[in-house]
Amino acid sequence: MKKIEAVIREEKLDAVKKSLEEMGIHGMTVTEVSGRGQQKGISLQWRVGEYRVDFLPKLKVEVICHDDDCQLAIEAIMKSAKTGRIGDGKIFVMPVEAAYRIRTGETGEAVI
Amino acid sequence: MSAGDTGWILVSIALVMLMTPGVALFYGGMVRKKSVISTLMMNFSMLGVIGLLWVVYAYSLSFGPDMGGIIGNLKHVFLTGVEAEPSGVYATTVPHLAFMMFQGMFAIITVALITGAVVERIKFSALMVFAVAWLTLIYAPVAHWVWGDGGWLLKFGALDFAGGIVVHINAGLSALALVLVLGARRGFKHEPMEPSSIPLVMIGAALLWFGWFGFNAGSALGASGLASSALVATNSAGAAAATTWMLLAWNQRRPTLLGVATGAVAGLAAVTPGAGFIPPIYGAFIGIIAAIVCYYAMIAKMKLGIDDSLDVMAVHGIGGILGVLAVGLFASAAVNPAGTDGLLFGGGLSLLGKQLVGTVSVGAFAFGGTWIIAKVINATIGLRVKEMEEVVGLDLSQHGERAFGGIR
Repeated sequence: MKKIEAVIREEKLDAVKKSLEEMGIHGMTVTEVSGRGQQKGISLQWRVGEYRVDFLPKLKVEVICHDDDCQLAIEAIMKSAKTGRIGDGKIFVMPVEAAYRIRTGETGEAVI
Repeated sequence: MSAGDTGWILVSIALVMLMTPGVALFYGGMVRKKSVISTLMMNFSMLGVIGLLWVVYAYSLSFGPDMGGIIGNLKHVFLTGVEAEPSGVYATTVPHLAFMMFQGMFAIITVALITGAVVERIKFSALMVFAVAWLTLIYAPVAHWVWGDGGWLLKFGALDFAGGIVVHINAGLSALALVLVLGARRGFKHEPMEPSSIPLVMIGAALLWFGWFGFNAGSALGASGLASSALVATNSAGAAAATTWMLLAWNQRRPTLLGVATGAVAGLAAVTPGAGFIPPIYGAFIGIIAAIVCYYAMIAKMKLGIDDSLDVMAVHGIGGILGVLAVGLFASAAVNPAGTDGLLFGGGLSLLGKQLVGTVSVGAFAFGGTWIIAKVINATIGLRVKEMEEVVGLDLSQHGERAFGGIR
């Protein structure tokens, strides 16, 4: 099992969700996050003049998938979240040691 | 006694009362998330504290029988002699009680206005002490000078229809003095200070605009043609200034909601002293000029590095000065026989000179007096919260509340 953490543009959530659904991946956790990468901040307007906000709002989508599905899922996210402009986000992948379903006590691959 | 006049004054009291929560929201939306409660509290609490002190003694100091043109005496303490009958001196067609309460709402909002300069770092206990001292030592005398029977500026002939001098210049210059003693917020000019909620700012500005009809048209003290004239002048100024500010921001980058709200308030403040003395269309001119001047006053404030956080001086102080001087240009005895002709209507420079004396004397008194009050409070109980309290935010450190729930 692997965990995919994708930090994406807020407006791209629907596209990412659809592309994962098409692969049969329904389970995901979505969090509103703020952060910065190469895009740095954004300049907003005050009553007069402007001020900079360093952190931009993004969404973090977390998906746990079987090892075999992982590469396809990453590609699906890459394709659906891309605009080609700076600020499209990042994807991180990490191994998952164990998984448990709280309701039944099931463990391992059966949980996802 | 007139039933129509009484009805309009009672409604105006309610309109002006709503302006203080309006200021609270207007200011509360502009501060950071951690200071929303504290900012709302600084304003809303004045409805309690000042509303109480007004009926106990402050009305008497402001409008009681004259002592040397400077202050009223204590005849009306605890509302003694303030009856359901007209006073015979003020607003002779409405109950004395109604006139007293109408004026009370002005005192409340004037103290509230000052708080915008000192948000996010002033100690709440110090602000409460300041509010009582300021109402007693600054507001009451100034209200008496300008509006009290026998007040020296009234006798001198300075005109202030609804509070350009008493409310806006008074609050603006006092706010500036208080900031100079208190100092800037930590991180001022270095850290971005994002407004917590621009929609709240708009709701606040809307309540202010709504209440301003009571403030200015109510100051006609009757349900009259003059009240209608003042109302039209008021709305025209707010509309013109909101539009002008929108265009200024657009010219810079994009039209902003914060700009429209701020512009409206600047225009409404500027038209206040002249609302019932000028032909209504001149309200629009005053609004346009006020927006441009206040806009650049804010830029100048940033350059000077003074953290008048929500621009009490740049909006109310500068807008008020502008409006008070504009009376010297645009006032017409044909609109209001109680006024005099300004420069434009053949009155020469005499009225403008009187308006200038009103501006300078009250401005200097408010600034100097507030500076002394602030110094005394700072030397005794201290004005400013501890560094850690400021970093955490005044909502938690001063009130143990937060505006928006978090996890649990």
